[in-house]
Amino acid sequence: MSLLRVRDLTVAFGRRPPVVRGISFDVEPGQRVGLIGESGCGKTVTSLAVMGLLPDNARISGSIRLGDVEVVGSSDRAMSELRGDELTMIFQEPMTALDPTMRCGRQVAEVLRLHSTAAPGAARERVLVMLGEVGFADPERIANSFPHELSGGQRQRVVTAMALINSPDLVICDEPTTALDVTVQATVLKLLDRVLASQNAACLFISHDLAVVSELCSDVLVMLDGEIVERGTASGIFTDAQHPYTKGLVATSRLDLVEPGSRLPLVEDFYAGAER
Amino acid sequence: MIATVARRLGVFALSLVGASLAIFIICQALPGDPARILLGDGASAEQIAAKAHELGTDRPAIVRYLTWVAGMLRGDFGTSYASGVAVSGLIGPTLPVTGALAGFSLLVSVVIALPFGMLAALRRRRWEGVAVSAVAQVGMAIPAFWAGILLSILFGVVWRVLPPNGYIPLTTDPIGWARSLALPVLALALVQAAVLVRYVRSAFIDVLSEDYYRTARAVGWSRWGALLRHGVRNASLSLVTVLGLQLASILVGAIVIEQVFVLPGLGSLLLTYVRQKDVMVIQGVVMLLVLAVLLINALVEVSYVLIDPRLRTAER
Repeated sequence: MSLLRVRDLTVAFGRRPPVVRGISFDVEPGQRVGLIGESGCGKTVTSLAVMGLLPDNARISGSIRLGDVEVVGSSDRAMSELRGDELTMIFQEPMTALDPTMRCGRQVAEVLRLHSTAAPGAARERVLVMLGEVGFADPERIANSFPHELSGGQRQRVVTAMALINSPDLVICDEPTTALDVTVQATVLKLLDRVLASQNAACLFISHDLAVVSELCSDVLVMLDGEIVERGTASGIFTDAQHPYTKGLVATSRLDLVEPGSRLPLVEDFYAGAER
Repeated sequence: MIATVARRLGVFALSLVGASLAIFIICQALPGDPARILLGDGASAEQIAAKAHELGTDRPAIVRYLTWVAGMLRGDFGTSYASGVAVSGLIGPTLPVTGALAGFSLLVSVVIALPFGMLAALRRRRWEGVAVSAVAQVGMAIPAFWAGILLSILFGVVWRVLPPNGYIPLTTDPIGWARSLALPVLALALVQAAVLVRYVRSAFIDVLSEDYYRTARAVGWSRWGALLRHGVRNASLSLVTVLGLQLASILVGAIVIEQVFVLPGLGSLLLTYVRQKDVMVIQGVVMLLVLAVLLINALVEVSYVLIDPRLRTAER
């Protein structure tokens, strides 16, 4: 049985036309699926719909099944129990994703205690281990730091620790490395790869960057204007893209193949509709 | 950190000096010679001169100012012209009355405004939120004295559940004291709460769009849980500023409310002696109010640092 099963998902806000239009996809246990597309194509809305975190004025139709729970129409209370425990999300902006008034260790411990009845001492121990797992050599110091005392990469690792401390089945990553500089990005990606593997968690990885997705994911969904226009394995997409938009993405992500001195490719060279 | 504290203390002292000068000059500019007022129209020029000498009002203004300030530094606010009693002796008994009135009013207004403001923020697109905002809008338009009169009539006269006016000291009868303060506190607090609700609402609407709120929701907090756990402290950064300003306006409101409920507070004292043109008492009371407002502002500054760890590091 699929871990996540999305069928005919349509999301609209207020009276405006839908931003996600009848998409369907599955994520199997432990599988890593990349959801790729340009800004505004509906990636984030899709992920928030899966989390049950869309704003009040969103109109949702279709079905999102997480295990045997139907997310669409589920109460916020029921979803709150799943969130942070079986289902979790890592967001784009590590700089602002943590509560600036609370020490990092407490914020991580909170997620643990929210979903279990761990004693404070045991929770603290578990938090330090988790901070070690996300690559901190001095978990004690990080736990006692306020977010503003850490760098962007360090904060994103704290957020990752928060997301993974309850060993969730599904982790949604919404461009977790976009706000980081390239070298830090590589470290965080490597770390995500390792932690997801060690916990055998499935992942829906949202990005506009095909290169980043192909590093982490086995399968790729390409989204355009609220629809999934292409799906396949990460390697297959590179060699055998069908949709012109996907071809454009592939070309722009393989700049190492461009002849020196020639013009760099644009997505618009392949798909005129992307030009807006 | 020490430099910051020293700078703040310097500003504090300068503000006090400035305020004392302003108060002194304004009180000097009040029409009417105290000696003449005390003795009445029938007094001769010699009698008035003698009285002025006795009161010290015939001395140059600068001498009187310095004498007054030097006295205050020792805790001596001078002597009332009219009654010949020490001003500090007049002010002393009124402080617990006005202090309790203002303090409890602030507390009650926060207790009312916080949950309703949060509700208005969370349900701002639903009828509950709109209703809270509408009621707050109406509440803001109600003057505190009118609310006081209304409460006094309803609870004190029509339903007879609380005393309509008067004051019972805490030491005489604690329950009577609480009952005598209930209506004036409520009158002041309701109007302040209406103002505060709007600030609470907008502070929490800001929190709702913050990334850390979204993170809290993504790890399993309910809407209220996320707001209480991660919103209150962040929102209180902007709210303590408003509270500081509100306490100043509560002090002003207390002066009026004391009249409505016949409470022997600082406001009643001030009004009594304004009528008698007793400059020494007026100066003393106003100076004390200024001191209170400055102290409140200092507390607000300190609370920023306590609330926001980022300010602590910046000042290290």
